[in-house]
Amino acid sequence: MRKVGVFVCHCGNNIAGAVEVERVTEALRSYPGVAYSIDYLYVCSDPGQDLIKEAIAERDLDGVVVAACSPVMHETTFRRTVAAAGLNPYLCEVANIREQCSWVHRDDIERATLKATQIIETIVEKVRHDEPLLPLAMSLVRRALIIGGGIAGLQAASDIAAAGYGVILVEREEGVGGRMAQLSGTYLNFDSTVDLLREKIEAVTRNPHVTVLTRAQVEELGGYLGDFKVKVRRQGNDEEYEVGAIVVATGYELYPQEWLSEYGGERYPDVIDGLEFERMLSPTGPTGGEIRCPSDGRVPQEVVFVQCAGSRDPERGVAYCSKICCMYTAKQAMMYKMQVPQGQAYIFYIDIRALGKGYEEFTQRGMEEHRVLYLRGKVSKVFPQDGKMMVWGADTLSGKGVEVAADLVVLATPMVPSAGAFELARKLRVATDKHGFFSEAHPKLRPVESLTPGVYLAGACQAPKDIPEAVAQGSAAAAKVLSLFSQEKITHDPIVAVVDSELCAGCGICVEVCPYEAREIHPLTKIAVVKEVLCQGCGACLVACPNKASQLRNFTPTQVMAMIGALV
Amino acid sequence: MNEDFEPKIVAFLCNWCAYMGADLAGTSRIQYPPNLRIIRMMCSGAVDPVYVIKPLLDGADGVLIGGCHPGDCHYQEGNYKARRRVAILKNILHQMGFDEERVWLRWISASEGQVFAETVTEMVEALKEKGPNPLKELWGT
Ligand SMILES: Cc1cc2nc3c(=O)[nH]c(=O)nc-3n(C[C@H](O)[C@H](O)[C@H](O)COP(=O)(O)OP(=O)(O)OC[C@H]3O[C@@H](n4cnc5c(N)ncnc54)[C@H](O)[C@@H]3O)c2cc1C
Ligand code: SF4
Ligand code: SF4
Ligand code: FES
Repeated sequence: MRKVGVFVCHCGNNIAGAVEVERVTEALRSYPGVAYSIDYLYVCSDPGQDLIKEAIAERDLDGVVVAACSPVMHETTFRRTVAAAGLNPYLCEVANIREQCSWVHRDDIERATLKATQIIETIVEKVRHDEPLLPLAMSLVRRALIIGGGIAGLQAASDIAAAGYGVILVEREEGVGGRMAQLSGTYLNFDSTVDLLREKIEAVTRNPHVTVLTRAQVEELGGYLGDFKVKVRRQGNDEEYEVGAIVVATGYELYPQEWLSEYGGERYPDVIDGLEFERMLSPTGPTGGEIRCPSDGRVPQEVVFVQCAGSRDPERGVAYCSKICCMYTAKQAMMYKMQVPQGQAYIFYIDIRALGKGYEEFTQRGMEEHRVLYLRGKVSKVFPQDGKMMVWGADTLSGKGVEVAADLVVLATPMVPSAGAFELARKLRVATDKHGFFSEAHPKLRPVESLTPGVYLAGACQAPKDIPEAVAQGSAAAAKVLSLFSQEKITHDPIVAVVDSELCAGCGICVEVCPYEAREIHPLTKIAVVKEVLCQGCGACLVACPNKASQLRNFTPTQVMAMIGALV
Repeated sequence: MNEDFEPKIVAFLCNWCAYMGADLAGTSRIQYPPNLRIIRMMCSGAVDPVYVIKPLLDGADGVLIGGCHPGDCHYQEGNYKARRRVAILKNILHQMGFDEERVWLRWISASEGQVFAETVTEMVEALKEKGPNPLKELWGT
């Protein structure tokens, strides 16, 4: 039988103030399986840890329970302690008698003491049946795959390559640069995107660590964190690569104008979207940077910009705010006024969201210096009349209807995930949100990681973003990849599922329920096998298995039943 | 209501949310009755129905299962599986003539220490109202 040592911590007065620690220690001494029981002022202190080490050596303990604060606090510490004394770390468990006992039952020392005793007994039961485990070693290929060569992907690629690691950059178009390459200038300084991009693109393409694959797409992905196998289809041929980490940077496209029928986009040549207007403003665009009505080439004298065209409108478009349109519309209206000073620019808006350093001042400049006319309200209809585009709207400030006979209408349609993002997400086993954007692991604390280990996110594929945000996220994703690559070796928690081959009937139910594709039916033995490095230990398969053939290591039914037995 | 009766509750709490919520109740020093004993699970979806029935047969007065809110499960959908399973289990308990209201499934996030403490308090009250679990007597287990 296992010889378990119990170490009950006073935590100063934190535990001892509400639990009679000595009584608990005494009670445990006669509990089956307990070979040694002692209390100490601070078990996590150096002398406290020495106490554990000495007891393991002197009393030949092969299981340790530390009754103290939450395992979230010091489980790692105490497991390291026992490992230093030569005991397998998974034979050490923490009984939570502070957060879940002494701190919440201050006024009832008697019952708190009994509860603490029982909590420790359940953990003793667990340790008695714990098996020694070894962390699963995983291979680590120090090369990254970046999907999408927009500014976010380029930034991630150049940061990773600058640290000396290999990068495979997969871009489905002819060249890299993404949407940014299609823009004219950028707010706030009208800097030419071509100039801004040139440097970034050179940093990537000139770096010998980077392989840029254009007109290429990810066909298939296998493997896992540290050792992914990717099949890339490039210009008709399939190529295989091994990478350790993946950054998704597939960016965005604009919501189709034709789905907003009341604005007549795609139906009337002089109704265009923001990106088409950017092409018109761009010196490398079809008009060489001249603003012209697509219908007949005249210089438009009245231009109407429609913000939130399909944004914040769950009925006709998307529910979310596309975030960057207020800013680029202000920029476009100013660029128009600089080129056609006598012309008039109108902007219909719901409210102006200029959230960023210098952004508010920028939109103010548009109104004051460039006399851009902001009209608060929604456009209800756009239709052709006498060679012009009639724009009907409501000015919600004055409460009056507004009518403008425009030469050109520019729709600020929302950013949506780029075509094929959903299919790609399926291949990568990464979650997407209800709009199809890639989901981050945590909205506050893990914004550049996906929930799939080893897959990181950058840029507008995750949510609408402007260039500085896409760059920041590209660098952040690169930092995550680099911290992974800088590890000497990577391991995986061994709390994984295991199959009892005697009991498994090979029905495959568990294969279906596993959210991580960590199980398969072995082609020869016809029973379930666990791909341990993929298993996250969620336990779905255990409950699903009709034969109880699947178990989670150190969370076995025997253990849980014994723990329940100790409680009631 | 028997004022002296102190119900015994066994709780299976998900490691990622409800267990952390219970920890937060502690760090926030929110006081609640000491009737509950916690068994940490990796996910509410890992709670086998047998784990719920066993303590009830052995004489526990109630069982609490705490998981992440819908959509927040660390393993994607474990809590939905738990929800379906608990619904079926309650149905079966009901068919067997057993009071299924002794089994509670609650979503408690890591930031909901207050909710955790309130849940325990409410459950203790509700079980006091019901009185001791008759199952142990009936089955002589
Ligand atoms: C009209 C307009 C004006 C704008 N003006 C400004 C401005 O002035 N200032 C500013 O800061 N921001 C501006 N923006 C925003 C800016 O365009 C984005 O912030 C930026 O382009 C996001 O970069 P990205 O790398 O995330 O995505 P993208 O630029 O969309 O790049 C994604 C890349 O991934 C590739 N790709 C997609 N799917 C796949 C796949 N499955 N496999 C391989 N490759 C794939 C695409 O071909 C593309 O090259 C503007 C946006 C619009 C619409
Ligand atoms: S569900 Fe159980 S019996 Fe069926 S294949 Fe999986 S482990 Fe084997
Ligand atoms: S424990 Fe979860 S991740 Fe592991 S094999 Fe079972 S279902 Fe899959
Ligand atoms: S991880 Fe909490 S319910 Fe699944």
